[in-house]
Amino acid sequence: MQLTINGSSRTVARAETVEQLLAALELDPRAVVVELNREIVRRPLLAATSIRDGDAVEIVHFVGGG
Amino acid sequence: MLEIGGTTFSSRLLVGTGRYRTNTDMVEAIDASGAEVVTVAVRRISLDRADDTGILHHLSPERYFLLSNTAGCYTADDAIRYARLAREAGFNDFVKLEVIGDQDTLLPDTAGLLEATRVLVAEGFKVMAYTNDDLITALRLEDAGAVAVMPLASPIGSGLGMINPFAIRTIKARLSVPIIVDAGVGTASDACLVMEQGVDGILMNTALAAADAPVRMARAMRLAVEAGREAYRAGRMPKREIAVPSSPTTGMIA
Repeated sequence: MQLTINGSSRTVARAETVEQLLAALELDPRAVVVELNREIVRRPLLAATSIRDGDAVEIVHFVGGG
Repeated sequence: MLEIGGTTFSSRLLVGTGRYRTNTDMVEAIDASGAEVVTVAVRRISLDRADDTGILHHLSPERYFLLSNTAGCYTADDAIRYARLAREAGFNDFVKLEVIGDQDTLLPDTAGLLEATRVLVAEGFKVMAYTNDDLITALRLEDAGAVAVMPLASPIGSGLGMINPFAIRTIKARLSVPIIVDAGVGTASDACLVMEQGVDGILMNTALAAADAPVRMARAMRLAVEAGREAYRAGRMPKREIAVPSSPTTGMIA
């Protein structure tokens, strides 16, 4: 499946939900926030939210800033 | 004690976490500053390498109050989007709202700022609005429901100190919400002078991060903020343009 993740095209295998996508990317769901096609995916819904070919995903976290 | 939007904070010094040369510098400087509120930014995670840029690797959310910002946003819509993402991280409902209007000066787009404030307040955010030192904008932000108004001392990262003490004093006198001066402080005397205007606190980042010795500067800033606050509360003596002797003028030997 082809996704756009953080602006880059990426092929992802074996992920049908956002939770599985984070696992495939080795990301801790508690340390990131996910937007799927510009809609925030609430934490409790990560496992219930499906991803489809062509989806745009943003995965963000907190970094240093003023 | 400083109260903002119903939450009480132990320190009147709020600090940023950006631009430090090393994470050790950052952690030690923030510790030395005594700050409780630390600002953070929302950015894309790096997928291609072990990513230690995440601030939570270095600062404990149990110890610090994480205040996310919308730095780098040039429209109300972008700032709203970043604020929503930050809130989903689950720490608190506060946001340090920035809507920037110009790349060279990083001065705020006050129309966009007001628009974003209204939207976010309606969504239950506690908005701390970074703004310029214009009284009317500050009043409008308070009317829009901001829990704190954050006028600049001078442009972000400039270290020029407080350019317009009159404007800062006027904003403090006319608004009821806490006034946190944000940006422009360069060294301890700047911070002291800001606090002597009677404002409720200061947020700074580059003054610590870009000092030769950030930990030492953080200590200096902590003392300066306390000193300025104490001096303000003490009430300074009036300025006079003629000397007044402090020793008795009687009892002089002939």
